[in-house]
Amino acid sequence: MNVTRGFTGRPRVHNPGLPPGQYDAGEDWPVLSAEVTPDLTPADWTFRIDGLVARPRSWDWDEAHALPASPYEGDIHCVTSWSKFGVRFGGVSLDAFLDVVRPDASATHAVAYSHSGYTTNLPLADLTGGRAWIAWEYDGKPLPAEHGGPARLLVPHLYFWKSAKWIAGLRLLDHDEPGFWEQNGYHARGNPWEEQRYSGD
Amino acid sequence: MTESAFTPATRFAVPGRIAVSNRASALWRTATLTEIRRETPAVATFRFAVPGWAGHLPGQHLMLRLTAGDGYTAQRHYSLASPPDDTGHIELTLDHVEGGEVSGWFHSEARPGDEVEVRGPLSGFFAWPGDRPALLIGAGSGVVPLMSMIRHHRAGDLDVPLRLLVSARGPEELVYAAEYGAETTAVFTRRAPDGVPVGRLSPAHVAPLLAERPPGGWEAYVCGSNAFAEHASRLLVEAGQPVDRIRIERFG
Repeated sequence: MNVTRGFTGRPRVHNPGLPPGQYDAGEDWPVLSAEVTPDLTPADWTFRIDGLVARPRSWDWDEAHALPASPYEGDIHCVTSWSKFGVRFGGVSLDAFLDVVRPDASATHAVAYSHSGYTTNLPLADLTGGRAWIAWEYDGKPLPAEHGGPARLLVPHLYFWKSAKWIAGLRLLDHDEPGFWEQNGYHARGNPWEEQRYSGD
Repeated sequence: MTESAFTPATRFAVPGRIAVSNRASALWRTATLTEIRRETPAVATFRFAVPGWAGHLPGQHLMLRLTAGDGYTAQRHYSLASPPDDTGHIELTLDHVEGGEVSGWFHSEARPGDEVEVRGPLSGFFAWPGDRPALLIGAGSGVVPLMSMIRHHRAGDLDVPLRLLVSARGPEELVYAAEYGAETTAVFTRRAPDGVPVGRLSPAHVAPLLAERPPGGWEAYVCGSNAFAEHASRLLVEAGQPVDRIRIERFG
């Protein structure tokens, strides 16, 4: 252990919800997108799933909202070390979309891509079983544009760069294909509890 | 069924010309504080000796870790302020954030000889190797990674065009004030020296720079608070800068 002289840190209580190396951001919700926030209205928004699926298809805003609502209430964790507790998102479970397109047995991974051109890769297993959402509400209100509105991917059990803002689609693949930050040195999976921040962690 | 590869609408993507070393970023290294320089009342520069530091590209950042006696750690991302060829040394310029756990230690406690841990350099997206005309826009301590670019430009005597628009509340809060040259236009939002207008960054600041049209066009780098980044990037888009040639680093 490399103790820093004179450093005591904030007063702290043990928080079992805080992954290693993270701190509680409290009310803050930093914005960390690297691109220009796109001008995207609900009327412009579409979401598509294709690649290794039986029936590729796209949903527009109304079609996506016709699927059964499935809120998320829990925590989110950013690779830059902040975590945010007890956040509430409204949206639809990704399972509801995947049930329609029927992934092939050969599909193992997905590339999520956004209307801004951002990409991020995920194992398919991280997107199924009630662990991923398409989210359009935050705290009961429309998701703000700077946080990915009108709709973003939400995969709260992984670092938040995986939860692509302005989600446009998923392409299902039979292999892993690094996305934007993963090509920039970030970890392929990004599990906060394993502290998988960068390639090599 | 499969289809051809997805092509992002804006081709917003990793700058292919920049190679990022993933191996160097996986290691924590001990950095020894060698010097503290006051920049403004709330901002100081911290210089470190880092044996084995592999060098970096202007615009890259690192992760810094402090460890308390009971094993508690705090880690933060900071942009590198120094140019890449500052052999064996790196510099960080840090705001004293009110109640800041890490910046508080730096501004109240740190002294030469202290050791901290760093890993990096990290991320190539905001990096500028000095090969394209660069239009830099920063506010407050958002100018830190941009200063690394300016220092790199000067140290290498590069002739590729470089321009900086830097916004500060007043002259006394302008970080690196003494180092700016003809490439820089300072914008003061609250208090300005005599004869200099007060006001926020506007289309009138951006238009003359975009009108220069250097060969190959500008690569724009915007760094500051989220509110500033939103404002500056919109000004650029409205002035005709392509969205896929705007890179943004936000904080706060």
